[in-house]
Amino acid sequence: MPRARRRALGTPIVSSGLALGYLSLVVLVPLAALVVQGSKGGFAHFWEVAWNPESRAALELTLGLAAAVVAINAVTGTALAWTLVRDEFRGKRLVDAVIDLPFALPTIVAGLTLLALYGPTSAVHVNAAFTRWGVLMALLFVTLPFVVRTVQPVLIELDREMEEAAASLGAGRVTIFRRIVFPHLLPALLSGVALAFARAIGEFGAVILIAGNLPFKTEVASLYVFQRLNAGDTRGAAALALLLLVLSLAVLLGIGALRRYATRHDR
Amino acid sequence: MTARHAVRVGSLGYLALILLAPVGLVFWRAFEHGPRPFWAAISNPEASHALRLTLEIAVVAVPLNTVFGVLCALAIVRHRIPGMGLVNAIVDLPMALSPVVVGLSLYLLYGTQGWFGPWLTAHGHRILFAYPGMLLATIFVSLPFVVREVVPVLRELGMEQEEAAATLGASPFATFRRITLPAIRYAVAYGVVLTTARALGEFGAVAIVSGGIAGRTQTLTQYVQASYENFQQTNAYAASVLLAGLAILTLVAMTAFRPREDRRGNRSA
Repeated sequence: MPRARRRALGTPIVSSGLALGYLSLVVLVPLAALVVQGSKGGFAHFWEVAWNPESRAALELTLGLAAAVVAINAVTGTALAWTLVRDEFRGKRLVDAVIDLPFALPTIVAGLTLLALYGPTSAVHVNAAFTRWGVLMALLFVTLPFVVRTVQPVLIELDREMEEAAASLGAGRVTIFRRIVFPHLLPALLSGVALAFARAIGEFGAVILIAGNLPFKTEVASLYVFQRLNAGDTRGAAALALLLLVLSLAVLLGIGALRRYATRHDR
Repeated sequence: MTARHAVRVGSLGYLALILLAPVGLVFWRAFEHGPRPFWAAISNPEASHALRLTLEIAVVAVPLNTVFGVLCALAIVRHRIPGMGLVNAIVDLPMALSPVVVGLSLYLLYGTQGWFGPWLTAHGHRILFAYPGMLLATIFVSLPFVVREVVPVLRELGMEQEEAAATLGASPFATFRRITLPAIRYAVAYGVVLTTARALGEFGAVAIVSGGIAGRTQTLTQYVQASYENFQQTNAYAASVLLAGLAILTLVAMTAFRPREDRRGNRSA
């Protein structure tokens, strides 16, 4: 069978080697440089550099905002997915396409558009520039599609007979949602909010214009890293960037575990 | 019916407040005084240089990531080599990483104190604050999209047709060109659209490695930031509208190439 085992595009070694080489050069070597430079001098020194009042404030603010993003997206994302799947109204296809706009729109443009409406020159007299509310809004803008796009396909596939059965047995709308629909949506919802969380922790472009440069007030972790680097403090920047890298890795691994769990326990 | 209406009004209202109204307003602001100020704002030398640089980066980054993406997807799905699970995980990394982390990593690698920096400088190559660094940053952040779109299609496709072609004497390249490529072409196209959108719109990673020198290493997204911070809002809005226009084109292309659901729906119907 040697012929039948030949694969598209030559031997596995060549194409995998090429792929691995490219991946290493572009992604792994730079990240290795960050890990080595960020942890230079041992753990105690790393902690000393990474953990000062300003970086702590930045990290706490980042995590707090990311938690708020998760909570708000869980509700609004599920509601949007529900509206797009179960509701009928004119322009539904357009709304469905528009959901992806934050993925396609450059992040700096996202920040600028929010400032146009909710900034110093606001037409509705709301000025969220240089406030935590503004930063939260920017994070909500860029994370909007995640939950919608993970929950929507599950909702499409969901068998409505169970809900009809529950209704015929006298269950109310809320009970049906809580006992029948929600448990089915939960894995997708969790993976959606995890993606939103990862994005919210690291977001930079959308928040830079709105946050201004206010340590302890609107300075999130990515802005802190940027500001340290501009101040010539490479060590401080690298230390917090390393923490962000570890956080992102943890979220990714969590999502992977969740997906494996969901596929094993789903049908 | 009231509950349904409440969900509809609530969710669509949220969408309007957070997304549609702000984006709409930027378009209105850019064309507030007719098309002429808009045209003047995007045709000034700095803006047109920024646009050209952005395109020059995308034109190299997108094909590289497309070829790599297809190769990598083939490696992940077709070649059961140990360690490919790890590769699969690493490919997702750029999507979850902060652009600042990406930019800083490249800075630490190619900077004066970095691993490659001193050697490259000694041999007359400039990576940071120049085109190569910006290209590397863009390639990094736009890397996963083609892989992510092609992998599931390859999995579903299976290997029977490829093996049949190989048994009939087709060379590996002919098998790829005649069997594999036609099957994955929509997934590749979808991935290319996403890659292009990300490459044109990247801000953070490029901002760190480029230095953002106006007229030299400033991409269009950095031009938006610089203009806004220098109180040249007309320029910022005009460049934003240009980028938003590209994003809307991306959405249209995405709808055209959208894989899975729609076509599968048609098949089963």
